[in-house]
Amino acid sequence: MTDIVTEYPDLARPEQFTQQGLGWVPWLLPVAEDELTDGQRDALIEPARAKMPYFRLLARNPEALRARTLTDLDIFFNVSSGVGRAERELAAAATSRDNGCVFCASVHAAAATRESSREADVQRLLDEGVGADLGDERWNAVVSASVALAATPLGFDGDDIARLRGAGFDDAEIVDVIGGAAFFNWANRLMLSLGEPEVPARRRETP
Amino acid sequence: MTQRTADIIDVLAGLDAGSPLSTVRDQRAQARDNAQLSFEALLEPAEPGSFPLAERYAVATFVALLHGFTEAAAFYADLLADEAPELAAPIEAAAAAGAAAGPYGAYREVGLQGENREGLRWHPSSETTAAVGGRLAAALAHTHLLVLRPREARAEHLRALADAEWSADDIVTLSQLVAFLSFQLRAAWGLRVLAANPASAPTVSEGA
Repeated sequence: MTDIVTEYPDLARPEQFTQQGLGWVPWLLPVAEDELTDGQRDALIEPARAKMPYFRLLARNPEALRARTLTDLDIFFNVSSGVGRAERELAAAATSRDNGCVFCASVHAAAATRESSREADVQRLLDEGVGADLGDERWNAVVSASVALAATPLGFDGDDIARLRGAGFDDAEIVDVIGGAAFFNWANRLMLSLGEPEVPARRRETP
Repeated sequence: MTQRTADIIDVLAGLDAGSPLSTVRDQRAQARDNAQLSFEALLEPAEPGSFPLAERYAVATFVALLHGFTEAAAFYADLLADEAPELAAPIEAAAAAGAAAGPYGAYREVGLQGENREGLRWHPSSETTAAVGGRLAAALAHTHLLVLRPREARAEHLRALADAEWSADDIVTLSQLVAFLSFQLRAAWGLRVLAANPASAPTVSEGA
């Protein structure tokens, strides 16, 4: 029987959580870029994603990829109302930190830093974990709610809502925090189980 | 179908169309519509192909039971009962045997070994495998891994699925199914808790 799984014995693996950019390698063969059907290309939504093995792997089920991507983009980038971009990225980073997705945490910790200019606070979340004091109650409440929502069996409760309200979030903002944290329980499980992160060649020489 | 089907996250959250939180959800209409389309693509596909509906509903019922979300478990158990009633009891038994508190597991990253947390590494019993077959049993083992200890997922786990006759396309769909449900159940649960704790009333605290 043909082995459909690829392993990478000599991969340059990250050793901890980081805000620096990481690569990602797939354990199953992605659709080759020049073999993508029109339907698969359409499902990528952004043409540049045809370069990325993760999205070309998910293109094996284009309907699911397309709906996943449009859900993601609206939860994170529709800023017509609701909570700010930084808090959405923080919810994604905290969820990824708690579930243990080093790749997802790197992307969304860097995005939280970009949106807030609070690199040291974001780094504390990565270095110390989800119990770190990030310096203000709004951020601490977002992390706490994200961690509560990541638990299985589900345990997020009225105390988590009370803490978010106490930190000044209204219903629309809380819906966004729930949406961002919930979505990363989806993303984390795909990135963790279909491949793994690698330190890109350009960074291997620097400490 | 000309009639728009019910929004499943609203159903699981117990929100009526036009209720205040359902209206707040309309601010993310694209996310709402595509969460619904994800449900349709993964749980009601026009062409299930080599991943039959009975297997999808069995996995979904198992996921909802592991999450302790009673209403969602009943919803997916209903779908399963229509498609393959003989699977209901073995799935329930598997979920009871697999109950654990996640996320836990061992990291691959050498600098994170101090954060490793041990927990149940559930595998189907011989009774479960006999009742559901080797292919679905392999899917349940993978589902338990993804739900509770996703940080332990390794290439060898995909090889175990391939050995149980799962194609690469169907492994991607199974992964999307379990990952999507991990989102859907949390989105619905969070909305349910928010609806039960409105801003106007004093928030219900522990035990109340």
